[in-house]
Amino acid sequence: MPFKSLETFNTVTDRNVLALQEAKAAGRKVVGQYCIYSPLEIALAAGAIPVSLCGTKNDSIAIAESMLPRSLCPLVKSSFGFALQDSCPYLAASDIVVADATCDGKKKMYELLNDYKPVVLLQLPQIQNEDAALYWRGQFAGLVARLEKEFSVSISREKLLDAVRLTNRLRRALKGVLDLARRKPSPLSGMDILSLCFRASFMPDYEQCIALLDDIAREIANAASAEAQTECPRILLTGVPTGMGSHKVVQLLETCGARVVCIDNCTCYKKVLLQMDETRDPLSELADRYLATHCSVMSPNPHRYEVLEALARDFQVDAVVDLTWQGCQTYDVESWSVKKFVREKLSLPFLQIVTDYSETDTEQLKVRIEAFLEMLA
Amino acid sequence: MPVAGVDVGSVAAKAVILDEISLTPLGAAVLPTGWNPREAGEKALAAASADAGNVAPRFVAATGYGRVSLPFADKVVTEISCHAAGAVHLFPETGVVLDIGGQDSKVISTDPDGSVQDFLMNDKCAAGTGRFLQVLSGILDMDLPALGEAAAHGKPAAISSMCAVFAETEIIGLLARGVPPADVAAGVFLSIARRMRSLASRIPMRGQCTFTGGLAMSPAFRNLLAAELGVPVNVPPQPQLAGALGAALLAARISRK
Ligand code: SF4
Ligand code: SF4
Repeated sequence: MPFKSLETFNTVTDRNVLALQEAKAAGRKVVGQYCIYSPLEIALAAGAIPVSLCGTKNDSIAIAESMLPRSLCPLVKSSFGFALQDSCPYLAASDIVVADATCDGKKKMYELLNDYKPVVLLQLPQIQNEDAALYWRGQFAGLVARLEKEFSVSISREKLLDAVRLTNRLRRALKGVLDLARRKPSPLSGMDILSLCFRASFMPDYEQCIALLDDIAREIANAASAEAQTECPRILLTGVPTGMGSHKVVQLLETCGARVVCIDNCTCYKKVLLQMDETRDPLSELADRYLATHCSVMSPNPHRYEVLEALARDFQVDAVVDLTWQGCQTYDVESWSVKKFVREKLSLPFLQIVTDYSETDTEQLKVRIEAFLEMLA
Repeated sequence: MPVAGVDVGSVAAKAVILDEISLTPLGAAVLPTGWNPREAGEKALAAASADAGNVAPRFVAATGYGRVSLPFADKVVTEISCHAAGAVHLFPETGVVLDIGGQDSKVISTDPDGSVQDFLMNDKCAAGTGRFLQVLSGILDMDLPALGEAAAHGKPAAISSMCAVFAETEIIGLLARGVPPADVAAGVFLSIARRMRSLASRIPMRGQCTFTGGLAMSPAFRNLLAAELGVPVNVPPQPQLAGALGAALLAARISRK
């Protein structure tokens, strides 16, 4: 990695687990969260540290399959496996877990998870309208009450507003870095983007995270497009969440000669779209903004297409790749409509990849990806 | 000047030599891949060069699963692009290419110039591929022509398993219950053809349909596939060579530049 600020970021985030444990030893509470619909701000306003628990590793899947059906999505199995084998330091550090009733696999898994950790389940509506937003605000109010009781704190409007201001700054800082990839050629690889978002999601100290991200944005923005790279096909990756351990498709795309310039999923770019209006009632604003997230569990899911169109334009992409985890029905079915939209409305080549976290299909995926890139040439 | 295409698949290694300008075939060879894809590729290329009258190709394009293990390749291309180029060269009206290989099956939508417009491959599992037939051939102890012969006369037994491993158990069970081998063979042929039809249904059918890959050598199977698809199917005289031919065509295109 050629950038000094990125190296610093990596060195600091290598200590994420330690930093979290230190904060915990100093009395801070930790709230584990699985899904982007769970608001960071309520945990922050409770004085706690929110951390991401989304399962991205293959090695916790085998043990999960002792209880869960094999045909389930690897993300659900991986997340549950960490609870069974007690091998995730972030889950271990969590005093409480906030989860959302999103897809069927996840919500039934959370019922089982309740035996291992206290789980607060938020009932996510699956449509985005005013009634739903009001209901969702009620779920958030319930979470406020629950955390106040668990942690013996009071979560005032002021504290919520402070938290909103803080996450707005964090998301702007992250956006500043991710938007560097709009440049042609992009100074960041898809693996840089993925690793950066992944590492940032475990950082307990938000101020430090913002400062480091700002440094990266500044250094790279000022660096001239140093290496005269030959321009690779620019890919917009959309679909299911990805992290380190579930990064194989990003890596394969890049080893086959493409450049992933934007990752439209809830572990990467979807996060930075959650900009809050700081002048409104914070709970209503949080409910509205979070509910607007374009996950395939929503029906219908109109924002997915609006966002794809904007990202394809802003990042000047040459093609769209839609990633689906095997067993994920909502993304798999939606892929048909996304394909139609990308081909007909955006006039861009489209490829869907259905896979899991294992390495067993690497060769087949390579053929598919290489053939797709040959098609673009 | 001669150019070459080498296609090292999981079952066989194939090579084709073409004249770079006229694109006339000068020589070809097919050999079993065995355990060493690199050696198989070398031998197939040597055999094809000998077949062409001991020429030394000036540009070699490699494709197939063994494509990256060939040190002599000047260019590496996927079998998707190669089968498309080969099929359109052989049948210029081609709009859709069906290929059933040893480990996967694919449906490719092609442009008139032989380039790929869209493609689909079967997912992870081996159902509906040549591997499926290998299993059957092992259990019944019949080779492909004999299986085809049997399948053409049998009354298709219902095979419900999608997976090659489970299908093996199912086939053994059917035989144990006294179902005639010909009916089992017919059942397996039908299930492969149906998998192919369902893959093909996800791609718009336009132009003619061309069927390549080793399984296309079985007249019984290609009749069944045409019946399932409801359209006539072109089959080249040596369908297993289509990938190597496509590679040679791409080699010619690059080397002429
Ligand atoms: S894809 Fe949807 S359900 Fe899955 S983590 Fe993201 S927002 Fe939650
Ligand atoms: S990828 Fe799909 S199945 Fe898996 S957790 Fe997300 S929404 Fe559920």
